[in-house]
Amino acid sequence: MNLLLEISPVLLRGAYTTVLLTLVSGTCALLVGFAVGLARLARTRWLSIPLAIYIEVFRNTSSLVQIFYFFFVLPLIGIRLEAFTTGCLVLALNFGAYISEVVRSAILSIDRGQHDATIALNMPTSLSYRRIIIPQAIPVMLPAFGNYALELLKATSLVSLITITELTFSGAQLVQYYGHPTLIYMSIFVIYLLLALPLVALNKALERHSGGQWKPKVPTT
Amino acid sequence: MNFSPQIVAELLPALLRGTVVTLYATAAGMAVALVVGLLIAIARRGSNPVAVLIIDSFVTVVRSTPLLIQLYLLFYVLPLYGPSFSPLFTGILGLGLHYSSYISEVFRAGIDAVPRGQWEACIALQFSRVKTWTRIVLPQAFRIVLPQIGNYLISMYKHASLLATITVVELLGAALNFAGETFRYFEAFTLVGIIYFVIGFAFSRLVRYLEQRTTYGRA
Repeated sequence: MNLLLEISPVLLRGAYTTVLLTLVSGTCALLVGFAVGLARLARTRWLSIPLAIYIEVFRNTSSLVQIFYFFFVLPLIGIRLEAFTTGCLVLALNFGAYISEVVRSAILSIDRGQHDATIALNMPTSLSYRRIIIPQAIPVMLPAFGNYALELLKATSLVSLITITELTFSGAQLVQYYGHPTLIYMSIFVIYLLLALPLVALNKALERHSGGQWKPKVPTT
Repeated sequence: MNFSPQIVAELLPALLRGTVVTLYATAAGMAVALVVGLLIAIARRGSNPVAVLIIDSFVTVVRSTPLLIQLYLLFYVLPLYGPSFSPLFTGILGLGLHYSSYISEVFRAGIDAVPRGQWEACIALQFSRVKTWTRIVLPQAFRIVLPQIGNYLISMYKHASLLATITVVELLGAALNFAGETFRYFEAFTLVGIIYFVIGFAFSRLVRYLEQRTTYGRA
């Protein structure tokens, strides 16, 4: 019990870094995902082929290998990044690749008539996407985003292997210093669970509400 | 940065041995996940609320914590209290249990997708429960869930690289060992990346083909 009090500041700092990693790389992954997903909808080959390659490479290789690749190989070609930046970058690129597919398929799932209507109304493409297509596609994307948020939280544990002092790395260090692997690893397990439970609840709620189609809040008559 | 063919020739045999270990761990892990996942899915349909609650909590807890921590618990903590297994066996167990939580949901959805009439027909024909499950429900459910299981197989194949952290010399472990001795990180990780990509890409095309076939077949 004394040990638990002694190590709790370290664990809390680790948990803070884990949350920070999840938020930063999650936000970047959303940006990457939307940019790539939308860009792939444009029918220009010089854009869509490189992006397709990016998506296939990041989706078909192990994320741990990607993390090691960026950590060990980038410095060799002269790019030196902090470990935290490297971790965020790889997680953002990895999850961005998955999210871009969610964005793309959600937009493609919007009824063709909506698109035709914006043309009939003479809307510029950017306006039709901003006002008509994307607002309807977002509810379709939300359940998948919720799942990826949970997966991302778990994936942040991988960057412990490139010396980022997040929750898992803090724990491994504490075990080296104090021993007591049972107590320390179990507390980390519980902390991850506590961090994940709000997301689990959110995902349940999103799944229940996902009817697919956008339902306006105002009563329709 | 030069990519030396000589280093590649030295490295390749070790990486190929690692690939075999990765594929073996994936296949064995999936076997564990299928068996445990199926048992969970069937047990969840039971009427005992306490059992259902326990199973649900297990699934949630396993799903929402990182595989890495689960592997550490199995590898560093479990042997203090009970049996100690080889690193590879521990890794297979960890992969299998982690993915059983996902697979159980897949099976649950697949079993729910079997039309009610099939169950009713089994009752009308006085099939035993075992026969109903093994001859009627599961074969149909299995066909429905096959593409999704394929997706989890790919995911597990990539996740198997985590076994390197518990000293299993699989694909990534082999590369880490080699690079640690020779400092040839560039060749080692590039080759690992290529091997992962080639097998992963082939898998994913196969799964996409399965997906298309099943959707067309049922439409």
